Amino acid sequence: MTAMPTGAPAGNPVRPGRAWTMVERNLMIYRHTWPVLLAEIFEPMLYLLAFGVGVGLLVGDVPGLGASVSYPQFVAPALLATAAMNGAMNETTFNMYGKLTTDKTYESILTTPMSVRSVALGEVFWALVRGAIVATVFLVVVSIFGLAELPGALLVIPSALLIGFAFAAMGLLTVTFLRSWQDFQLIQLVMLPMFLFATTFFPLSVYPRAVQVFVEVLPLYHSVELVRAAFLGTGGGYPAIAVIYLAVLGVVALAIAVRRLEDTLRP
Amino acid sequence: MTDSSTVLIDAQGLRKVYGRPGDKAGFTAVDGIDFQVRRGEAFGVLGANGAGKSSTMRMIACVSPPTAGSLRILGYDSGADGAKIRARLGVVPQDDTIDTELTVRENLLIYGRYFGLSWKVLRERSTRLLEFTRLSEKADDAVATLSGGMRRRLTIARALINEPEIVLLDEPTTGLDPQARHLLWERLFQLKQDGVTLLLTTHYMDEAEQICDRLVVMDAGKIVAEGAPAELIARYTLREVLELRFAPGERQIMTDKCRGLAERMEELPDRLLLSTDNGEETLSAVHRQGVQPLTALVRRSSLEDVFLTLTGRSLLD
Repeated sequence: MTAMPTGAPAGNPVRPGRAWTMVERNLMIYRHTWPVLLAEIFEPMLYLLAFGVGVGLLVGDVPGLGASVSYPQFVAPALLATAAMNGAMNETTFNMYGKLTTDKTYESILTTPMSVRSVALGEVFWALVRGAIVATVFLVVVSIFGLAELPGALLVIPSALLIGFAFAAMGLLTVTFLRSWQDFQLIQLVMLPMFLFATTFFPLSVYPRAVQVFVEVLPLYHSVELVRAAFLGTGGGYPAIAVIYLAVLGVVALAIAVRRLEDTLRP
Repeated sequence: MTDSSTVLIDAQGLRKVYGRPGDKAGFTAVDGIDFQVRRGEAFGVLGANGAGKSSTMRMIACVSPPTAGSLRILGYDSGADGAKIRARLGVVPQDDTIDTELTVRENLLIYGRYFGLSWKVLRERSTRLLEFTRLSEKADDAVATLSGGMRRRLTIARALINEPEIVLLDEPTTGLDPQARHLLWERLFQLKQDGVTLLLTTHYMDEAEQICDRLVVMDAGKIVAEGAPAELIARYTLREVLELRFAPGERQIMTDKCRGLAERMEELPDRLLLSTDNGEETLSAVHRQGVQPLTALVRRSSLEDVFLTLTGRSLLD
């Protein structure tokens, strides 16, 4: 018979769990399911091929951005920003909702010294790790095709991380309000138009002023501006506003989300 | 702090009300209970569904804050030092919450990481615990391939990864077949032998009689009795029970004829129970009344009868 726990507390090297262990859990899972990540990288590539190259052949350069910017150059950063957004949102909405409801994953994690805050931060960390991988691969590919100016375009990586943080936190907040799987339709109802109109495929100047104001409030618009500035080496003072906007959005959403999760997970 | 070395769990006036504080419509799951669990003991919480067992367990596991009362575990206050307490508890929840995205061994490894244990320690411990729960051959399999009994054993292995001093088991054998139950009980006995304190809820009387040194019976959020299984049987029941079954059409008439033949009579949906000091004598008396049951069975009184006496209900209702 194997010797089993004797209940001796002395020297038990147990300490409160940390957020990083949530990333370890996800890495463990992705050892089995890494093709999922590949799909996430391919999606923006396909968009780039269809819209950037395909539509690009029809429209030529994009007006109103100073130096001549080809259509693929215009669309590529927007697609990267969108990929960073979607990757992060999916992680903290879709994946997390399953773990909160069907799988009860968090219920068992929270019987350990892990706190709700560690779990929430850990899932956001993981969304960032994923986002960094997707952004890096995308950047490498578009650089090979000459769509991004290295080394300046390396700023894309921290930009993608910031975007990932803001949307992971927003996703975390959103998931605390979901009542059923049907509610994901509502998320799509917001995300898809935002993807289509937040200067992803055409510049802000095409809209009348009233619509411009509306677009300028969208978080994806600021994300696109941020990545586009890094890609094209333009920007001036503008990215500062985007950085502050996304950082504040992320921190506020995260703070509220952690409090709401505390109520859900420790009733 | 008295007896902190021997009293591991000390609950005084413990209450749990769900709903917003001050909300009159709140639901009271646990209504002011007192109990103590000592080191090395197997302590049972018995009750029907909705009696407040699981809420009590969740408070002890420090995953649900008490609404009122004091709850000290391992010398710490459950509210202030939840993480410190959880570091020294093992929890086997009612529903298996195994990580279905991971293999059997990975489940143990990552769970240990939540306790901050090193990979080196965990590799050694996971091997030992898979052996202990007879899952070594399944180590690298997907969780989906496990049977119900195996899943429950994996949940137990997982709960032992931090070498806990107290293991909480919420209805550990519900839904398992008899063979799987017996294997699980045997493992629980072994844990007890090794000095681990067990706290379990159940609505199976045989389970409580087999495993528990001491137990409390809960009904509607309150503790209605406390003691060792044999003590409770002696205190609340007569020595034997005569169980009678009737043809559906004759039930009421036959039941009426039996009145007064035993000191206590319980009508269950499917049978009639007569509590008595001598079952055979009572059966003769029943026959003399002209009562013709389909089946008649004399047995020793059990915890089930204690529960019936105390709450007027069958446990498995």
